[in-house]
Amino acid sequence: MLEVTKLSVAYGGIQAVRNVSFRVEQGEMVALIGANGAGKTSTLKALARLLTAASGSVRYCGQEISALEPHRLVSQGIALVPEGRGVFPRMSIVENLLMGAYSRFDKPAIVADTEHVFSLFPRLKERAQQLAGTLSGGEQQMLAIGRALMSRPKLLLLDEPSMGLAPLMVQRIFEVIRKVADEGMTVLLVEQNAKLALEVSQRGYVMESGEITLTDEAEKLLANPKVRAAYLGE
Amino acid sequence: MDIFIQQIINGLVLGSIYALVALGYTMVYGIMGLINFAHGEVVMIGAMVALFVIKALPGLPAIVLVPLALVCAAIVCMTIGFAIERIAYRPLRRAPKLAPLITAIGVSIILQNLAMLIWGRNYHAFPPILPSGEHDVFGATITSLQIVIIVVAGLMMGGLTLLIRRTRLGRAMRATSENPPIAQLMGVNINQIISATFVIGSALAAVAGLMVSANYSIAHYYMGFMLGLKAFTAAVLGGIGNLAGAMLGGLLLGVIESLGAGYIGDLTGGFLGSHYQDIFAFFVLIGVLIFRPSGLIGERVAERA
Ligand SMILES: Nc1ncnc2c1ncn2[C@@H]1O[C@H](COP(=O)(O)OP(=O)(O)OP(=O)(O)O)[C@@H](O)[C@H]1O
Ligand SMILES: [Mg+2]
Repeated sequence: MLEVTKLSVAYGGIQAVRNVSFRVEQGEMVALIGANGAGKTSTLKALARLLTAASGSVRYCGQEISALEPHRLVSQGIALVPEGRGVFPRMSIVENLLMGAYSRFDKPAIVADTEHVFSLFPRLKERAQQLAGTLSGGEQQMLAIGRALMSRPKLLLLDEPSMGLAPLMVQRIFEVIRKVADEGMTVLLVEQNAKLALEVSQRGYVMESGEITLTDEAEKLLANPKVRAAYLGE
Repeated sequence: MDIFIQQIINGLVLGSIYALVALGYTMVYGIMGLINFAHGEVVMIGAMVALFVIKALPGLPAIVLVPLALVCAAIVCMTIGFAIERIAYRPLRRAPKLAPLITAIGVSIILQNLAMLIWGRNYHAFPPILPSGEHDVFGATITSLQIVIIVVAGLMMGGLTLLIRRTRLGRAMRATSENPPIAQLMGVNINQIISATFVIGSALAAVAGLMVSANYSIAHYYMGFMLGLKAFTAAVLGGIGNLAGAMLGGLLLGVIESLGAGYIGDLTGGFLGSHYQDIFAFFVLIGVLIFRPSGLIGERVAERA
């Protein structure tokens, strides 16, 4: 479904991502793990066209998308839950969800999908008319995921959904991510929390200083001594 | 006649006009952090087009002619607003903030000179086709024209508020103003939203232009400068980037100015007359910038500036 080949991203003279290649098959959940500053966010941003890659190709459903206008991506079926959530703080929860459905015009289905998001995250329903800026970090993460789902994506890109959240909240959010994946969604999950990410994914890639250094099935990565030493704190 | 009430009424009329113009400044600022100093000239062009349409078609009843003039003015203003953004500001989207500011002043000068070439340097009298009734309120007088101005301005502001609060376009405008890259992720075409913002602001400017020339019975190629400066002051007073702030700031500035003009003679022992009324706007501007730069109900100037 997604095929990234020799992708490079640079900020000025600094190469943040170097010749990175990976793929995500339909229906798969794939983890991209790596330490602080490894280049994970830069990779996702290039996929979502929030920045332009220096070189390389991104093929999605057989089509080259690395030069697509950014606002056209969502109607192709790609949704990004950005690092730091990126909710619209001065808009209500419902309005944030409606922004997620901005590219759609099937009003009854949008209403139904809002209810579906509320059933995944009942906390959001209680606060439906509240401004997103007043939510806790965990609730904002729920909202960011819910908003992404509102576009009915085929490919969901998640950038560190666990960042800065209490363990209980992380658990709740990952339950939903797993549920969404079980229902058939294709997911690319970026995480610093390698254990968490590999436990819910089928395959994983390890990124170090802008390059992918290791790839395997998630279980094997979890058992890999190198990974255990570097990312699982053993 | 009660001077105080009379000046409040005059102030509200003037303030409604300021508010409509201030909305144009504040919407553009809210979406792209830019002060479109050419906006005052768009108001002037609206006034000129409306006035000359009315002059060109004598004999038609006011009830047909005024709306027709308004539609023509709005179409011209919207086109100019759209063009200003495309030609002057879009190429500078990523330039340092000073560049679009200087460009705005350049655009102002171009529009003023174009207007002078087309309509000449003379003052143009507004044809006497508007209702001239007068009504008594609390010992003061309000004309039918003043009532129409206040009501129409109120309707425009209410309509704009609904547009921004309740529609898909309005949501996209707010999302763009809060976080452009994320709005793009949602599928918002930022360029379209920015164009829409300029076009809507210019439509309001056309209405304000007709109102101001009807209110003072006069139009002039240079009228946009002072009006623009005052509406900008109103937007800053309310808190630039904030719609409700622009409305409140406009009304407040109109009232301050009118009261000031009414009492300036008494205050200065006759030394200054009411033709000094323009100084109040600038006292207000300086005062706000010193004591409350974020404006009465603004919050975001600091983070943007
Ligand atoms: N806007 C930017 N300008 C310059 N350098 C940047 C910018 N954004 C990121 N970088 C640099 O690019 C490299 C990769 O950063 P990136 O955010 O992609 O890493 P990451 O793997 O997502 O890290 P984290 O786990 O902290 O989110 C880092 O060295 C970072 O300092
Ligand atoms: Mg990151």
